[in-house]
Amino acid sequence: MGPRSDPLPALNEVGERELRRRRQSFFRSQGFRRGGTFRPADRGEIMTLKSLLQAFLACLILSFAAPSFAQSDPKPLIDALAKADFNEAEKLLGQIAASGDARVVPALNAFAEGDLYFRKSDNLVFIAKTAGSGFELIDPLTGASAGQAAKNAVTKIKVNNNLRRVIRSAMGGLTLLSADRAVRLQAADAVLRSPSPENLDLVEAALAKETDKEVKARMEEARAVSVLSSDRSIDEKRGAIETIKNLGGRNSLGILNSVSGSIDAGLKGDLDAAIAAIESEQQLWDMAQNVWYGLSLGSVLLLAAIGLAITFGVMGIINMAHGEMVMLGAYSTFVVQDVIRDNAPNLFDWSLAIALPVAFLVTGAVGLVIERGVIRFLYGRPLETLLATWGVSLILQQTIRSIFGPTNQEVGNPSWMSGSFPVGGMTITWNRMWIILFSMSIFVALLVLLKKSAFGLNMRAVTQNRRMASSMGIKTPWVDAFTFALGSGIAGIAGVALSQIDNVSPNLGQSYIIDSFMVVVFGGVGNLWGTLVGALSLGVLNKFLEPSVGAVLGKILVLVLIILFIQKRPRGLFALKGRAVEA
Amino acid sequence: MISGFVFRALEGKIVVAIAILLVIAILVPALNLLTPPDSALHIPTYAVSLFGKYLCYALLALALDLVWGYCGILSLGHGAFFALGGYAMGMYLMRQIGSRGVYGNPVLPDFMVFLNWKELPWFWHGFDWFVFAMAMVLVVPGLLAFIFGWFAFRSRVNGVYLSIITQAMTYALLLAFFRNDMGFGGNNGLTDFKDILGFPVQADGTRAVLFAMSAIMLAFCLLIASAIVRSKFGKVLVGVRDAESRVRFLGFRVENIKLFTFVVSAMMAGIAGALFVPQVGIINPGEFAPANSIEVVVWTAVGGRGTLIGPIIGAVLVNAGKSFFTGAFPEIWLYALGGLFIAVTLFLPKGIVGTVQHGLKARKAMKAAVEAEKGRDEAAPVAQAQAAE
Repeated sequence: MGPRSDPLPALNEVGERELRRRRQSFFRSQGFRRGGTFRPADRGEIMTLKSLLQAFLACLILSFAAPSFAQSDPKPLIDALAKADFNEAEKLLGQIAASGDARVVPALNAFAEGDLYFRKSDNLVFIAKTAGSGFELIDPLTGASAGQAAKNAVTKIKVNNNLRRVIRSAMGGLTLLSADRAVRLQAADAVLRSPSPENLDLVEAALAKETDKEVKARMEEARAVSVLSSDRSIDEKRGAIETIKNLGGRNSLGILNSVSGSIDAGLKGDLDAAIAAIESEQQLWDMAQNVWYGLSLGSVLLLAAIGLAITFGVMGIINMAHGEMVMLGAYSTFVVQDVIRDNAPNLFDWSLAIALPVAFLVTGAVGLVIERGVIRFLYGRPLETLLATWGVSLILQQTIRSIFGPTNQEVGNPSWMSGSFPVGGMTITWNRMWIILFSMSIFVALLVLLKKSAFGLNMRAVTQNRRMASSMGIKTPWVDAFTFALGSGIAGIAGVALSQIDNVSPNLGQSYIIDSFMVVVFGGVGNLWGTLVGALSLGVLNKFLEPSVGAVLGKILVLVLIILFIQKRPRGLFALKGRAVEA
Repeated sequence: MISGFVFRALEGKIVVAIAILLVIAILVPALNLLTPPDSALHIPTYAVSLFGKYLCYALLALALDLVWGYCGILSLGHGAFFALGGYAMGMYLMRQIGSRGVYGNPVLPDFMVFLNWKELPWFWHGFDWFVFAMAMVLVVPGLLAFIFGWFAFRSRVNGVYLSIITQAMTYALLLAFFRNDMGFGGNNGLTDFKDILGFPVQADGTRAVLFAMSAIMLAFCLLIASAIVRSKFGKVLVGVRDAESRVRFLGFRVENIKLFTFVVSAMMAGIAGALFVPQVGIINPGEFAPANSIEVVVWTAVGGRGTLIGPIIGAVLVNAGKSFFTGAFPEIWLYALGGLFIAVTLFLPKGIVGTVQHGLKARKAMKAAVEAEKGRDEAAPVAQAQAAE
């Protein structure tokens, strides 16, 4: 591991980026502006200011020497900021934090954001908000308005990245003692993400007072990471390593790696073992995450392709307008949401459920018109259907473009589709989760429809032997028409789901059409199971290739693999057997 | 033998078409260069370039027709061969820029300097030499077609499946050429050309010569295609289109027949691309877009597949329509194109030329029948023979 001089020596790139992302999201959650983020470039600066931090630490320790938190009035301390230079400000911040008074949080926030000003006339410090040509002054502690001030009557108190970091530490400490459980949890998380020895006493103090089990566990972990970088005893550190190891995850790995240069020689073995353990666990989770992403992509492919599996697979129609059916479904969702927003905003969470039948009916009807108007004249001439349906797709695209314009439309996510939840070392977003479940249920529903319903029976009969079916009294033209409408309707439903994860624009369909054909051809024509296996395996393959060769090259490789695969098995993975196949 | 091969190609209509193309090749540049700008006969340079572009498209459509109309292979990836030929020409033109680029590097094209590349990638070597570049215009598309066709035809991938994997091929190439690391200029492609064989690309004279070359190459490829189609090989080719299994059972190696035609067609497409690039001044990955290849199919279908003149007429007509519509009513163009696809497949399955030919034949037969009615006794045998045609 690297020498002491580098504060974050062995962080791999992914780890570092991840850490940075978390740091930034923390800043944002604390109301910091983007300009004030903690960029790696700032690292050097922080190192040189290490000594200053130690001064701050001394202040903290001094103040905590007393067993109870002194509720000294922080107001004079804040006012003193007016004339303080950066070094003095840092000391003052330490004292403010030591006051343990949660009322200072807004003032600290404002300081970090550069909204803290002092009045030139009396050197009193205020939080200033722009109001008209001047500022509205707000008392930093009470939050009460203190009247207006002209722009030149106040002066901004300067802040730099180092001070921001000090502020963050101070706030982390202050919020650890908050009465609000959620705030405490967040604060413990913040310490966990960016541990520093100066927080240790505070964490331990908070830990002693903590009663909530979950928060306590989180603080315990936060304490462990802080212990590592402190000058505590070896045994205590060993315990901390154990705690961090059990915590797992990229962040822990980063923390352990960052201290490995400075750790006592006696702990080196424990540390390396812990790092190895976390790494191997991490690899497993990465793998699981890849599989999950792959399944998620696969289910998107399945959604896009399953309608095609009916029109192309069962009926033998090459429907190049299939992508446009998906697009129409997505636009139906947009229109439904628009209507709901205007008329019944409280139904918004139900918008997708309402959009599903609407999209199915709209695209099904369009499909019916296409079949009756164009395709029925072209049975037995598959290559010409390809051309005619391509023409249809151009017309549909242009129609949508004329009505809605060429730009992306905003389709909202209902609340139950937003957010994510963690499973072990990976994060699962709700919208992906729902799309996987949704595509699977569509698949099952379609399978049941084909195998168990009278319509499915007719459909299969016509596919297998048109003349015989006709002789038995099945109206084959209508079976054709409704089969095509069904395939189109399914594409429309897929569009509802895809509107949640993709841009809704007139070109939406174009991006899916080639992939859908690949899935159907790869899986084997005329076989729904083939489509399922094809979609999922292509999705997983894509996601496994992505990290090593990049997204675009991965996609190219998959295409080349499919082309090669078709050479080996011209009829796909699950080919229909029998003589009838050879035309 | 070769002269016989060529002579057979010179059937009536083909001779006329070639003659017209050669006349155009001389007349249009002459009218552009020799008449004063205010003369009624003057053809402006932009029009020369525009028509030159149409001729390149016509050559591409002819290439597609050779495989689709005569061999039954609907390639949805012919745009890829066209673009590859274009890239080969583009690479030559890039190398000709020399140190006149923005960065003034005598060897590396601008985009490589921009990407901080230190030396020319191996596949760019030799492209400063015109003859080599022109060979590559033929070899690269031909090789790709050979490799692709070798596998595809051998494993008897045909019909719709072949169409879909050719589409996948051009899509994969599209994605590949969009990457900056490929060394072909990424998203922006190759552009800012300065001169070709020492003549400035933008000059009227060069443009006129490029136009003439397009017309001559089109005439030449028409001759080759006609020779292929009218030879014994051509008869087998049509057999493959109409009843592949039967031809195979008769002992022909169908895959080799298809492979040969596919490679020849890809080379023609490459030539079309190479002539296209200096006239439009840019080649970028957009040319690989699957939609472009499908559009080529429409030109061919509109003109009439299975006829050699048809695709040429179709390409020129559709593209002239496109130029007109996108200029005058940009909203309507996609409707018009889409409607054209549908109308042609539904009502004109043989295309313009095919339908006209069919109509002429029908009229001839009708006339013969009328003749036969008139003088049943003396003319009957002759009329019957004519009608049987």
